[in-house]
Amino acid sequence: MKYILLMSGTKAGVEGYHAWPKQDIEAHMAVLHSINQDLTDSGEFVATQGLAEPKEAKVVRGEKNGLPVTDGIFPESKEFLLGYWIVEVPNAERAYAIAGRISAASVNMPIEVRQFATHEAKSR
Amino acid sequence: MKYILMMNTMKAGHGVPSWPKKDLQAHIAFMIGLNKELHERGELVSAEGLSFPDQAKLVHAGKDGRPVTDGVFPESKEFLAGFWIIDVDNPQRAYEIAAKASAAPGPGGVPLNMPIEVRQVMSGPPPDML
Amino acid sequence: MTKKWDATSEHLLRELAPQVLGAVARRFRDFSSAEDAVQEAMIAAFTQWPQEGIPENPRGWLIQVACRRMTDRMRSEIARRERETAVSAETENFVPLPEIEADMDPDDTLILLFMCCHPALTPSSAIALTLRAVGGLTTAEIAHAFLVPEPTMAQRISRAKQSIKDSGVPFQLPGGQDRTQRLRAVLHVLYLIFNEGYTSSAGPELRRSDLSHEAMRLTRIVHHLQPDDTEAAGLLALMLLTDARRLARTSETGELIPLAQQDRALWDRQQIAEGVALLSATLPKRSVGPYQLQAAIAAVHDEAARSEDTDWPQILALYDLLGRMSENPMVALNRAIAAALVHGAAKGLELLDALETDGRLANHHRLDAVRAHLLELAGDRTGAIGYYRRAAGKTGSLPERNYLLTQAARLSDELCD
Repeated sequence: MKYILLMSGTKAGVEGYHAWPKQDIEAHMAVLHSINQDLTDSGEFVATQGLAEPKEAKVVRGEKNGLPVTDGIFPESKEFLLGYWIVEVPNAERAYAIAGRISAASVNMPIEVRQFATHEAKSR
Repeated sequence: MKYILMMNTMKAGHGVPSWPKKDLQAHIAFMIGLNKELHERGELVSAEGLSFPDQAKLVHAGKDGRPVTDGVFPESKEFLAGFWIIDVDNPQRAYEIAAKASAAPGPGGVPLNMPIEVRQVMSGPPPDML
Repeated sequence: MTKKWDATSEHLLRELAPQVLGAVARRFRDFSSAEDAVQEAMIAAFTQWPQEGIPENPRGWLIQVACRRMTDRMRSEIARRERETAVSAETENFVPLPEIEADMDPDDTLILLFMCCHPALTPSSAIALTLRAVGGLTTAEIAHAFLVPEPTMAQRISRAKQSIKDSGVPFQLPGGQDRTQRLRAVLHVLYLIFNEGYTSSAGPELRRSDLSHEAMRLTRIVHHLQPDDTEAAGLLALMLLTDARRLARTSETGELIPLAQQDRALWDRQQIAEGVALLSATLPKRSVGPYQLQAAIAAVHDEAARSEDTDWPQILALYDLLGRMSENPMVALNRAIAAALVHGAAKGLELLDALETDGRLANHHRLDAVRAHLLELAGDRTGAIGYYRRAAGKTGSLPERNYLLTQAARLSDELCD
C-alpha cells in the first residue's frame, strides 16, 4: 500500500528554520538523506520532494476571461506543505514508524500520514 | 520546472459528493480527460488522489523512539485530497493548468472554482538551505 | 545466419531467461550471483540483438555472456582478496558450453519458480523476483509495472535473493509433502501477479495488462510441467475465464462496469472456450480446490449469453462449496450476493448481518458496498444510497470510489424523479 507522509509548517516556522546555524541545517539534511537511503535499501522508497518557499505559493481559483485567477495572500498562521515522502509498505503501522523517524529527525514536528487511493480497481 | 498542484478539502465538508449522477459523471470524466491531456502533452508527472481524511493520522516520535499517532486535528484544518505534479516551462503554464483543474464542473455543470494551491517542486534541497 | 528481430523476439528472449538461469546457477552453485549475471546478459541481448540480429544459438549466447560475467566477477573478487595481478588458468573466459547445455534439466524452470516463491519471502519480494528470474523482465520493466523507482525495485529483488541465500534453499525440486505446499505458494504468487495486472484501470497502463499475460504464461508453464496438479490447471482456467472479460470491464473513460452490465460481445470467446475445456478436463479428477471452484464460478458467468441468463443457483452451490474450503471473508460476501439472487434480498442481507461481527471485514468497504447492492435489490433506495456513500468513503481504489458514488447518485436521481 502506498502512503504519503506530509511535513507542513507555517511561514514563521520556515523562517525560523532558515535562521538555524548552517551546520544544524546541514546535519538535518544529512539525516533526512540517510532516511531516504535506508528506505531505498529496504525497497520501500517511492518518492520524496521538497517544495519551494511558502512565500512563492499561489492559489488559483478558476478562470476569468480565459486567465487564471491567482492569489498569493495567506494568513500568517496558514500551514503550508514543505515536503513529502511516498512509501510503499505492507501496513499502516510501518508507515507510522517511518513517519516517526522523520519526525524525530525534524525537532519532533508532527508528520501527517495519508493513504493513497490507487488507480486500480479491486478484482470482482 | 516541476510544480505541485494541490487540491484541499475541509474534513467537515469532505462529505462524499451527493450530486446528480450525470454531474458526478461529468466531473469524473473531466478529471480523467484533464490527466489524459496533460499526459499526451508530456506535462504530467503524476496525478494522485488520497483516501478520505477520516483515516489521516499525525505522527511524532515518542520518548522511546516509537511513533505516537494521533487523529485529532483542528476544525479549520485543510486536508490534502489529491495533487498533480506537472513539468512545464514556466509558472504561467502551471497556473493555467491549475485554473483548468479548478474550473472542473460541479453540480449543474457549473465550474467549481475550487482553490488549487500551486507550489514549485525542488529537484534537490532548496538551494538556500544547503 | 542470424534471425531478424521482430515482434516474437522479445517473447523468445524472455522464455530463454529461466533456462539460462537454471544452467548458470547449477554450474556455479550460486543462485543470487547467477541471477544478476543473467539479468546483465538479458540487457545485453535487448540492446544488441535488435541491431545485430538474433544469434544462431540464442540460448548458448546468453549462457556464455552470463558465464563471462560470473567469471569476471569471481576474478575481481579473487584479485581483490589476494591482490593478484596475474590471471590464473582457472579463471579463463572459456566456458564449455556443450557441457553446460548437457546438464540442463527441463525441471529447471520449475525449480526456479519454487525458489522465487519460497514461503520465507514476502509476497511483494516473491512477485518481483519471480518476474525477473523466471519471467525474464528487466528491473526497469518491473519497477514501471509497480509504479516505484528502479533502485527501489532493484533493492526488493536483492533482498529477496538474500533471504533465499539465508534460508539455505537448495537448487532442486522439493520432495513429497513439501512439494505440495511449495506449489501452493507458487500458485499464490502467480495469482497475485495476475490480479495486479487485471485490476488496473484503462489508460496508459498497458504494462499492467502485460502483467496478467505474464502471470498466465508462467501458469501455463507450471501446468505443463505439473500436468497432474489440478489446482494449477484450475488457476490457469480461472485466469483465462477472468481475463476473457477484460475489454468489457472498463468504459472508454475508465469507469468500472460491473459484470451484470458488461457488453458480452466484447468477451473473448476463444479464451472462455479454452478455460471451460481445461476445467472440464480437470474437475473429473476429483481433487477439487479453491482455484478450480473459482474457475467454475467464472465459467458459469461466462457461459451465460445475457446477464439475466446467469445460472445463479449453480453459482450459489459453488460458493457453498468454496465457503467450506476457504476462510476468505470475500467468499462469504460473494455468497451473500448469490444467495440474494436465488432466495431474495432478505436472505442475502441476513447473511451479511452474520458477517458484521467478522473482525476482518470491520471497516472494509466491500461489506458496505455489498449491503448497498442488496438494499437496492430489496427496494430500499435510501438505505442503499447511504451504504454506497459509506463504501465510497472507505475504499482505497479511485475507480471503485467513482463507481460507488455514481451508483449512489443514480439512485438519488431516481428518488428525486
